[in-house]
Amino acid sequence: MMVKRRVPRCAIVGIGELAPIRYTEGTTTLGLIAESVRLAVADAGLEKDAIDGLLVGPQVGETPQHVPATVAEYLGIQPTMSNVVDLGGATGAGMLWRAAAAIEAGMCETVVCVLANTNERSGNPRSPNRNPIREFDVPFGASGANASYALLKQRHMAEYGSTQEQFALIAHWARKNAQLNPNAIFYGKPLSVEEVLQSPLIIDPMHLYEIVMPVAGGAAFVVTSKDSLPSGGHAPVYLLGAGEKITHRAVSQSPALASAPLAYAISAALEQADVSAQDMDLLSLYDCYTSVVGVTIENAGLCKPGQFGEWMKDHSFGHDGDWPLNTHGGQLGFGQADLAGGVSHIIEAVRQLRHEAHPRQIPNARLSLVTGNGATLSEAAALVLGVES
Amino acid sequence: MSEQFENLVVPGPTITAVSKPFWDAVARKEFILQKCADCGKWVFYPRGICPHCWSNRLEWTPATGNARLKTWGIVHRPGHSAWLEVTPYVLGVVELEEGPTMLTHLLLDPDQGLQIGLPLQVSYTNCNDVWLPFFKRKSE
Repeated sequence: MMVKRRVPRCAIVGIGELAPIRYTEGTTTLGLIAESVRLAVADAGLEKDAIDGLLVGPQVGETPQHVPATVAEYLGIQPTMSNVVDLGGATGAGMLWRAAAAIEAGMCETVVCVLANTNERSGNPRSPNRNPIREFDVPFGASGANASYALLKQRHMAEYGSTQEQFALIAHWARKNAQLNPNAIFYGKPLSVEEVLQSPLIIDPMHLYEIVMPVAGGAAFVVTSKDSLPSGGHAPVYLLGAGEKITHRAVSQSPALASAPLAYAISAALEQADVSAQDMDLLSLYDCYTSVVGVTIENAGLCKPGQFGEWMKDHSFGHDGDWPLNTHGGQLGFGQADLAGGVSHIIEAVRQLRHEAHPRQIPNARLSLVTGNGATLSEAAALVLGVES
Repeated sequence: MSEQFENLVVPGPTITAVSKPFWDAVARKEFILQKCADCGKWVFYPRGICPHCWSNRLEWTPATGNARLKTWGIVHRPGHSAWLEVTPYVLGVVELEEGPTMLTHLLLDPDQGLQIGLPLQVSYTNCNDVWLPFFKRKSE
């Protein structure tokens, strides 16, 4: 197939380079990354706040996941586009056109691309997990996402007076919707608010049934241009808007424990699509924990901060309700196949917008908001999908 | 209340060349933080560069060890099973008097009226032969 010549227009305006030394001492990979970035941004004559895009290599500072968030937190920046580029020796070259494409797509304005590494003479061998969280959270008895999300939920409860019943209602609705999805791990297993409240407290205030069930699974989707739609296929579902933001990595570094960068990501996606949250026919909201849905509803502007519980009382969240929400059951009802769990929200939106979601089809579904959330309410992405381009 | 941690075999901190002064100070029962010589802001966790202004003139400076509670959670089922022995225990995110926030282990009774803003102070605790900056209720 002929590749269309549509090179995104962009320019390299700053460079930074550390003089190679055989062995490093007294520094870390994150430190070398920061120094390289500082030099390049200074060379560009820009301030650090001008940087809103971040491209890094894999396993930076020996951290296996959440790599851009780890780097952004260390640098004290909050990029609205970030990525790991993992192309071996081609990574640096591969970063440049990705930066240009992201800028042209309107996701960010100024991207820093950085690769750096230490080389230690002896001592520390490369370990698969050496990073600020491993050093400053784990030794205190805080391992895993349950601890982070319990801390985040507690802040919401203490700051706004939100109640356990309000959070439990989110799990109840997820299970209720899963009863119309035979593929859901909790198909045939509805859940009452009382059952959520009676389930064990894993880390108080987070109950067992407010937490996704880990499962095995997978998901994929195919994307092509508007000019290359296959003939005779399904009705296409168009990307109308996207937004993304990272604010931190570790829960202790969260700038706003009871809110998330979802607020930026959702408003950016809605703005690109030139629609409002009120126009959505389906809310396909990432739900690794009940509290994430509550915060997302608030961050989408559907109600005031802290008021998701009051707001939910007045609405109905099935496919036939006034605010269809996670009609596939969400991950709380469907199961979370690791990172593929987040894709379930995209798959369900596509099914609904194709009008192929029987027996849970939303009548005349035309627009959906899809969200993704990572790390500690710190990595946010939002999409607006629609039936018309 | 902290003796129970001495023989607890749990993962210790993965100390780097940059963070070593912090841990060395904690072992001496001193609480020090990096302070930026250019913008004057305090920094935690330890870095090679100031996250506020990107200066690399970060200087280790004695800090008060006072903090206030931002949020908390009571661990019944820890993410790392080695911590089961001391459950339930309280984790917290605290705001240090100097500004930065950190995650820590709280030597508090879960039923002791935890609330946002509760005054706390550092409490050096020997955990598996490593001194860690836990926090406790600030004495009057």
